[in-house]
Amino acid sequence: MASAGRRAAWAGAVGGGVLALIILAAAAAPLILPGDPLDMVGPPLQPPLRDWAFPLGTDQLGRSVAAGLAYGARLSVTIGAVAAFFSLVVGIGIGTLAGFLGGLVDDFLMRIAEAVQTVPVFLLALAIVSVLGPTPQSVVIAIAVASWPAPARLVRAEVLSLKTRDFVAGCRAIGMSPLRIAFQQILPNALAPVIALSGILVASAILVESALSFLGLGDPNLASWGSMVASGRAAMRTDPYLVALPGLAIAATVLAVSLISDWLTDRLRLTVGA
Amino acid sequence: MHRSLILVRRRLLQAIPVLAVVAIGVFFLIELAPGDAVDAYMASTGGGDAAFALRLRQEWGIEGAWPARLGSYLLNLLTLNLGQSLAFSQPVSHLIADRILNTLMLTVSGLGVAAGLGTIFGVAAAARPGSIRDLLLTGVALVLNATPGFFVGLLALLLFSVKLAWLPLNGISSLDAPQEGLGHVFDVARHLILPVLALGLTYMAIYQRLMRAGMLRAAASDYVRTARAKGLAPRRILWRHMARNAILPVVTMIGVQSSSLLGGSVVIETVFAIPGFGRLAYEAVTQRDLTLLVGVVLCGTILVILVNLAIDLLYGYLDPRIEV
Repeated sequence: MASAGRRAAWAGAVGGGVLALIILAAAAAPLILPGDPLDMVGPPLQPPLRDWAFPLGTDQLGRSVAAGLAYGARLSVTIGAVAAFFSLVVGIGIGTLAGFLGGLVDDFLMRIAEAVQTVPVFLLALAIVSVLGPTPQSVVIAIAVASWPAPARLVRAEVLSLKTRDFVAGCRAIGMSPLRIAFQQILPNALAPVIALSGILVASAILVESALSFLGLGDPNLASWGSMVASGRAAMRTDPYLVALPGLAIAATVLAVSLISDWLTDRLRLTVGA
Repeated sequence: MHRSLILVRRRLLQAIPVLAVVAIGVFFLIELAPGDAVDAYMASTGGGDAAFALRLRQEWGIEGAWPARLGSYLLNLLTLNLGQSLAFSQPVSHLIADRILNTLMLTVSGLGVAAGLGTIFGVAAAARPGSIRDLLLTGVALVLNATPGFFVGLLALLLFSVKLAWLPLNGISSLDAPQEGLGHVFDVARHLILPVLALGLTYMAIYQRLMRAGMLRAAASDYVRTARAKGLAPRRILWRHMARNAILPVVTMIGVQSSSLLGGSVVIETVFAIPGFGRLAYEAVTQRDLTLLVGVVLCGTILVILVNLAIDLLYGYLDPRIEV
């Protein structure tokens, strides 16, 4: 078991390194590649590594692929993190309420969670984005609305098992308010499995964002990896790098996040001892 | 009554509140959109006066305040009337019925590839945990899982359809191939190979992981030790004793993932230009046909419920200890 744990730690370190590089590129994009990444800056269809002004080449319109990738990283990483954050906040809130209050409230909230989980996530995201319009905000809302039930159910299960413990009875005895018991005493103890889930939420949010952009439902004024793949598709036969580079960027980011999440799950299992 | 009939009845009863929540939720979501179907229709056909708009709204049952509209919308759903698609000038139910078969073939085969290959890879990886083979199989599954389906699809197209020209580029059948009989079946199957692989391979990792963990747990259990002590053949222990138990979580996961694969079919059907249910969702969005979109979301939900019912029945058969 020790060797499996060490392997997860190694994989997690590699994932952490890759993700750090991507975040660095995203943060430094305006400094090293100033200007709008959607501007035409050079001759069209320059292959990578020919001209150092465009280290990764240019697309059919003469836009720099390197700039597109760096600004696309900003969008992917931000949407992944923010959407996962909101799914967690909403899921944790609803899960805690349902588990702690029980009864009709619990039934009602869990029926809704079940219904949301039955609708195919991507169809729901598609519907929400088409109603709210193609902006990063509506993509975040769509992902959060579609993915809060998983953390909610996890937290609810933890809260249900925690609320019969002695320390909760103790809090009641000293007259603490139920809301304070739920959110201040029980919730912190129920968080470990949810933290393990957060990596999966980030990874799937990045994939959903890239698929929406690939279908042309992202913000047309922002560079994104999914829309780069979509526009490179027309020249895929002669210039495959236009599809390969943004595609690999998505895969590398998601892989890095899931390696980190695996390592985190492994660590939590060891410390919690479950 | 037979045990599985009781299960079917109970699951269908449980599906009613789920469907009601989805239907009402989708109604309020669409309410957020500016304008209604009549506005969209008049904008696309050159307009008309207020009286005409009123008449159309009454005809389509979308006149008045929202409680009245919600009521007539739910009544329509009860009579299986999903409304009229503006973009296609056809009833939504006809459009979905025309397209659903292609998507069922795609997603069911995709689930088969994901669960089948995942199971085999999981057993192979668990045979020697920590070995190079284990690392390689687990790594490949993980990388494919991180890759977007459209990227896998495009790479497969480039390699097998463009460079090697082994398989057709897109669509579900060729015009010059036989349109019926065995020839037609082969033709459709040839068209489905790449989309099914692109869809299935990206979802394989979870099955590989579940199967690997299940096999390792089984290998350490008492009943396997007993079976070994009895002198049963290793192959028989592996498949009849260990795999039979380890496969149960895999079966559960097929039900859970059916909803993801149906969502994934939107992108895959767009890449491979397959006239299916997922592409219909995409067309509904790009042509701003909200009636069609609502129909597609509701039908997708029903499909997921039915798949999960089938999984529950299969589960009771695989593990008779489970009280269904």
